Amino acid sequence: MAADTAAAGGPAAQFQRRRGRELVEQAIGYALFLCAAITVLTTVGIVLILVVEGLQFFRDVSPWEFFTGTKWTPLFTNQAFGVLPLIGGTLLVAVGAALISVPVGSASAIYLSEFASPATRAVLKPILEILAGVPTVVYGYFALTAVTPLLRTTLFPETEIFNALSAMVVVGIMTIPMVSSLSDDALHAVPADLREAAYGVGATKFEVVTRVVYPAALSGIIASYILAASRAIGETMAVTIAAGASPNLTANPLESIQTMTAYIVQVSLGDTPHGTIEFRTIFVVALTLFAMTLVMNIIAARVTARFREVYD
Amino acid sequence: MAATDMQAGADRGLYVPRLSFRHKKGAAFFAICLAGTLVGVVFLAFLLLDVWRDGAGFLRWEFLQNFPSRFPERAGFQSALWGSLWLIITTALLAFPIGVGAAIYLEEYAPRGFVTKAIQTNISNLAGVPSIVFGILGLQLFVRGTIGIGPSIGGGFGRSIIAGGATMALLILPIVIVAAQESIRAVPPSLREASYGVGATRWQTVWHHVLPQAFPGIMTGTILALSRAIGETAPLIMIGALTFVAFRPESLLDPFTVMPIQIYNWVARPQPEFQDLAATGIIVLLVMLLSMNAIAVLLRQWTGRRYGR
Repeated sequence: MAADTAAAGGPAAQFQRRRGRELVEQAIGYALFLCAAITVLTTVGIVLILVVEGLQFFRDVSPWEFFTGTKWTPLFTNQAFGVLPLIGGTLLVAVGAALISVPVGSASAIYLSEFASPATRAVLKPILEILAGVPTVVYGYFALTAVTPLLRTTLFPETEIFNALSAMVVVGIMTIPMVSSLSDDALHAVPADLREAAYGVGATKFEVVTRVVYPAALSGIIASYILAASRAIGETMAVTIAAGASPNLTANPLESIQTMTAYIVQVSLGDTPHGTIEFRTIFVVALTLFAMTLVMNIIAARVTARFREVYD
Repeated sequence: MAATDMQAGADRGLYVPRLSFRHKKGAAFFAICLAGTLVGVVFLAFLLLDVWRDGAGFLRWEFLQNFPSRFPERAGFQSALWGSLWLIITTALLAFPIGVGAAIYLEEYAPRGFVTKAIQTNISNLAGVPSIVFGILGLQLFVRGTIGIGPSIGGGFGRSIIAGGATMALLILPIVIVAAQESIRAVPPSLREASYGVGATRWQTVWHHVLPQAFPGIMTGTILALSRAIGETAPLIMIGALTFVAFRPESLLDPFTVMPIQIYNWVARPQPEFQDLAATGIIVLLVMLLSMNAIAVLLRQWTGRRYGR
């Protein structure tokens, strides 16, 4: 301290330096706040853009027609703006994907958390997480060039070249890690006393897992299902490549369909000019997509928060 | 006989263990769980094998050097490779400082209260927004320079690398922030207290003590986030990254393409040669992703050794 004072000169100079440092400190604080504020501005920007363009769209097309119409042909001469075929296609793929990711992911989570040795777990968990890290365009490639031909030569010869089923399979597989990793975390968070108490009254491992541990972790596990479904709804490239571009309101997974995301890609790859009603459809479709995933993510967060309260 | 005895026992309220049956049920359950785990592993193996079988044929040095072409044997990946490189560096330069700054604010500066909680909730919600929605934000904000109302804010950057990089930076920002927050939180409080104790200011404490400790963890998180950005396709299609680019980008305002978009472009063509070319592109992309992940894992291990955590 003494050396510091000497270097700084007299008390006046020292005071000056301290004031300067305080100003710098303050400026840094504001700059850091600005960095954090950018994330809020991002959300504001997204909502503003989607709502502003969406409102302009709804001046030309009634919300009733948009949300209840069953024909989606904005790019044809006789235009129809019923979004249900796109929502239907999206949900078809999401439900089909969930039929794969929920059971397979749950089984993986229970195996990793309750059966695997720490060494096995340390190997298998990262391998499963690679499934989520593979770019979605790769899944699209695999669905189109491997899954669909396999379906056509073996199970369902009537499958169309572009079909919902192959997209369901790959989207289901890519969301396995969301279910398995998040459920594994939830299972791990169940306190050991619960397991020990169950073993103490003579339960077998199977009974401990299915009747004590799994129910205790249920809210975290359900949150993982919702997040996986939300990811499946927002998935873009695999469904664009594999599921096709025909907005059909169908429940038959062997047919070609179109999801909301695939429609947005289709328009932006085409030469639809900005400012036209055709181009505005992508904002209003994106707004619907954004609202759907946001609601699901909020529900998942609520469910998780409740589960944390119980066991922390 | 045994079954009726047990039934009779159960009727009288006696405990019947039926142990061998219960253990058999347990063994079947174990087999199901193991099989479920293997589904993912086997699928991954199939996917990699399939890509390798289709794509190895075109995997030559010329593939990396040539520009895209109408002739599959002359088509190459050079513009996509350089585009991805430019894009990823731009993204990193934007997302790293902003993400780390936001994390420092949230962990070291922010007062506990409504605003901080709102920012934190917003970050976790942003992480769940579909990437294509970020593409629409990028298209309006960075490419066209407008948010739909009011005057255009400066005209935008057009369909350029900087517009793509900024969009990608916003996309991965939540991941970078959360990773950086976790690393900063893992720095023991005693370190900060010691620093404050000798009279350091808050920023001096952060800069000289917290950040150096948290740095490897932050780098690991950032590299993993960037490896997500390098595989993203949809937002870049939205902002209009081109599908046919026969030149290297030279500045931030140049148009560009990236590896996943070039792959998509080849997949979407009907000729089987181009689909094999797509597989070759996928091999290059996966090798790049794998090396980024390997670096991240090495960094994490190196951290473990250095700080004994």
